[in-house]
Formats: sequence, C-alpha cells, structure tokens
Amino acid sequence: MGQTKQETNLGLFMHGLINRAIQSFVCATYGQSCWLRVTEVAELGFVEFEAMLVYDDDRTARVLDALCTRLNRPRAEILEDLGTYLVSHPNMEDLRRLLRFGGVTYVEFLHSLDDLSDRVRLAVSDLNLPELELRELTPTEYQLHCHPGLPGYSSVMVGVLRAMADDYGTLAILSHDGQKGTAEAISIVLVESAFTEGRHFDLGARKS
Amino acid sequence: MIETNDLAVLLETLCPMFVLVNEEGRITCIGPTLQKLRPDQPMAGKCFLDVFELLRPRSVTTIAGLMSLAGGKLHLKFHDAPRTALKGLIAPLPHGKGAVINLSFGISILDAVRDYALTSADFSGTDLAIELLYLVEAKSAAMEASRSLNLRLQGAMLAAEEQAFTDILTGLKNRRAMDVFLGHLVTGNSPFALMHLDLDFFKSVNDRYGHAAGDYVLQQAARIMVEETRGDDTVARIGGDEFVIIFKDLSDEAVLSAVAERLIDRLKTPMVFEGNRCRISASIGTALSTQFSRPDPAKVLHAADMALYEAKRKGRSCHCLFSALEGSGQERTAPATSSE
Repeated sequence: MGQTKQETNLGLFMHGLINRAIQSFVCATYGQSCWLRVTEVAELGFVEFEAMLVYDDDRTARVLDALCTRLNRPRAEILEDLGTYLVSHPNMEDLRRLLRFGGVTYVEFLHSLDDLSDRVRLAVSDLNLPELELRELTPTEYQLHCHPGLPGYSSVMVGVLRAMADDYGTLAILSHDGQKGTAEAISIVLVESAFTEGRHFDLGARKS
Repeated sequence: MIETNDLAVLLETLCPMFVLVNEEGRITCIGPTLQKLRPDQPMAGKCFLDVFELLRPRSVTTIAGLMSLAGGKLHLKFHDAPRTALKGLIAPLPHGKGAVINLSFGISILDAVRDYALTSADFSGTDLAIELLYLVEAKSAAMEASRSLNLRLQGAMLAAEEQAFTDILTGLKNRRAMDVFLGHLVTGNSPFALMHLDLDFFKSVNDRYGHAAGDYVLQQAARIMVEETRGDDTVARIGGDEFVIIFKDLSDEAVLSAVAERLIDRLKTPMVFEGNRCRISASIGTALSTQFSRPDPAKVLHAADMALYEAKRKGRSCHCLFSALEGSGQERTAPATSSE
C-alpha cells in the first residue's frame, strides 16, 4: 500500500484481517479467478489468507502490485474502492455496524474516528491501525489526518468516509489534501447533512 | 433547596432512567428512557412497588423498608412482561420527602436494546451502554473468525496425524510406517527378516502401577530395541504392547536368534519407575521373506505371528523361528492367509 519507502519499512507484519479484507474485496468485485491469478503472480504460495493470523507485510505489497498490474489501475484508486467495499458491501455488514456505533450523525461519526484505532484494538488486540485525528475547520469543513504506520491507509479511509456519508444520508465531498507533517490529510466538506434518509441502523439487531 | 420539578429536569439530562417517588412510594416523575419501556402505561401516579418487583434485598416489601436502603444496590424486575431485569440505586430526598431511584439495565442491556428498540439517544452521554454493545459485536465477530480458523486448523491437524509415521509415545515408527516400509521392501525385491515382539506382563504393570508406569516401560522397551538393532533396521510399535522389527538384507537365523535372546534378556531386567520395580519380559516370533516364493507383507507378518504364538505357548520369554514350526515347509506356509 506504500507511497514512500520508509512507510513500508515501518510494519514488518500485516494482520490477516487486512489481507483477508483485500482478498474478500477482490473476490467480490473482480471474481474468484482474478484473485487466484493475483495470488499466483504474487507468489503467495497459498490462495486464502486467514483473518486471525499475521503475515509478512511483503506479501500484502506483492498482492497489491499484482492487482494494480492486472487491473491496470493506480494503487490509490483500488484502495479507495476497497474502503468503499468495506462499508457498503453486504459481505461487510458487521463492519458497517461497528462503524455506525461511532455516532448518531455523520459529524459524530467523524469525531469518533479519533478513537478508531483504540476501538479496533479493544476488539482485536494485535491489530494496530494508525492514529487518526479530526480537525474541525468550520462546522461543515473538516480535515482528517492519517498518521503513518500503514501505507495507503488514507486512500482506504477516503473510500470508507465516502461510503459512510452515504450510509448516514449525508452529502459530502472528499478529497486528498496532501501531506501535513508526517500525516496525510483528507479534506471533508459537508454539503447537506440530511441529503437522503441513509441506511437504517438498529442498535439491537444482533445476530442470534 | 431545589424544587422537585427542577430536580426532575436535572435528572432527565443526567440519568434518563430515574424514578422520583414521594413519601408514600408513589411515582411522581419518571425518566424518558424508562417510560419508553412501557409506552402505553404512564408510570407516574402508580405505586413504585406495583410496577417493579424487588428481587433483592428480598426481605423488603414496603415503601418504608425501601426508603431505609439508602445507597444500597437494588435488583428489580417489571411485574409484567417483558420482565426485564434492572439494577437500581436509591437516594432518599431530605426531610422524608421521598427518594430518587436511578435504574439501569446491567447485563440485560443486550436484550433490552432489542426488545425496546432503544437507540443511542436513549442513553446518557456518559453511559457506557453503547461501548458495551459495540464491544459485544466486535468481540463476537473476532471470535467467529477465530473459531473458523480453529476448525480449519483442527482439520489440518487430523490430516497431519493421519499422515504421520511416528508413534508419539515411544518415538518409534508406527503401524502405518511399517506397512509403507514393508511395501517398499517387497516391491524392491529386498530380502528381509521380520520379528514380531510382544511384551509379557505389560498389562499387570499398567494395572498395578498406573498408566505413567506403563508408558515408562514402553519407552524403555523401545530404547532397548533401538539399541539392540542396527541403524537401518526398522523398529515399529504397532499396537499397545506389540512391536515389529524389520531387518533389511538379513536372513541368517543364527544372527536373528542371538538378537532375539539379547532383547529378551534386557527386557527381562526389571525397570524402576518411581521406586517400583516393573517386571516385564518379551515373546518373539521371527519369519524370513525368503521363506516365501512370492513374499507379500501380510504373509510374512502372519508367519511371524504364528511363530510368536508358538513362543507364547512354550511359556514366556521365548523366541521362536517360523522355520521351526511344524508344517512351515515351502508352499504349505501361512495357511490362514494363503489363498494359493
């Protein structure tokens, strides 16, 4: 997922959940055969990532490289689609629900992102996601700083934020806002907070 | 002093599941979330103990008793269904003017959220209810992922065990390894001798001194067999106290008999386990692949088996060669398995 070299060197291991998310995204979007080809080209030596194991982060990089080559698309674009998939695909309903616990409104959700990495660690103690920091510029303009640790994270987050805006029924404009110190910034502009009804979130809709 | 109405407004903000009761124990005011649990039955005006059943402390059945529980923890349930369990805390108002009772769901929160379609707005901002619900879902998802991994790993482990060639207790080869090895020898036309060895009195060691002693004896016996054979001979444990030794390229019965005698001598020597002298011995039957014009593993094994049976019949601690059995001559061999 890396833009720069030193970023890829930060983590030696990539959690299986992240690898599994990529696998699930590729299979659901481009089909099983595409995934099998990617694992071959990336010389994984297997075709299924296990969500609860950790892997050498080099494997993840090779999978993404193979995917970019095969789809002939830039990595950032693919990662944005991955972010959207994580929230909007029926496969990922569990994850969408967990994110919706962040708040009753999109703005509350944005503020909850400051705690996202802690919340994730509470659920899966060895999954370390980079810190996120929301800056409120005006009540309708925000900047999300993605701190380093997981190359490409900000691209995934753009996709996640866009899909979550849809989920809450908020019309928002999202864009990359360049580098702020060591962090990558995402700009979020809210155009209308009750644009559509959004998707339903029932607090008690547990799986039995 | 704060007026009751002002107090109610304050409580609505801080604890949306409060109940204000007057000195008679009648509900004067109730928090919005609590009222949401019984939308069609306004609780104000009713007697607190008519709406809620006090489970703990059990001894208390009157309002006067309830008032005396200041600061104590209450366990309650609705009288009518759904009989959601609630936890509560009572704080009497000054001058005997009644009390504030603050309720919460405790562990029943998971069902309550579903039964009453509660939302984040129904909990106060400092209530950890939403975090608890989040955690339950997140942990369940993580647990599900771990469980599916465990199932796959268990499958892989069983498959690996199935394919294993080693007897875990003794470190010797197992029956499966012996079958594969015998198959190779026969296909490669290599002559070999096969010894079938049975430990005598093993069961009584197990019975008298326990399984740990039995395991120890098996391990010592295995070590002795490895020591008394050559590096490229195969020693396998094929059953509880049954062993097979395969000697590749050896057909000299005198040598084999000498090996068998040494094995029996050493195995007869008592083994000391936790202060107990465990006495066992061994019976051995030996057959040669060269005794068959067309040897196959089952035939040679069966021949060694018959020799072992003879050794046992002669008393314990004996070695018997298949060639010494009556009627072991060529092509009348191994009648039980021979279909020729």
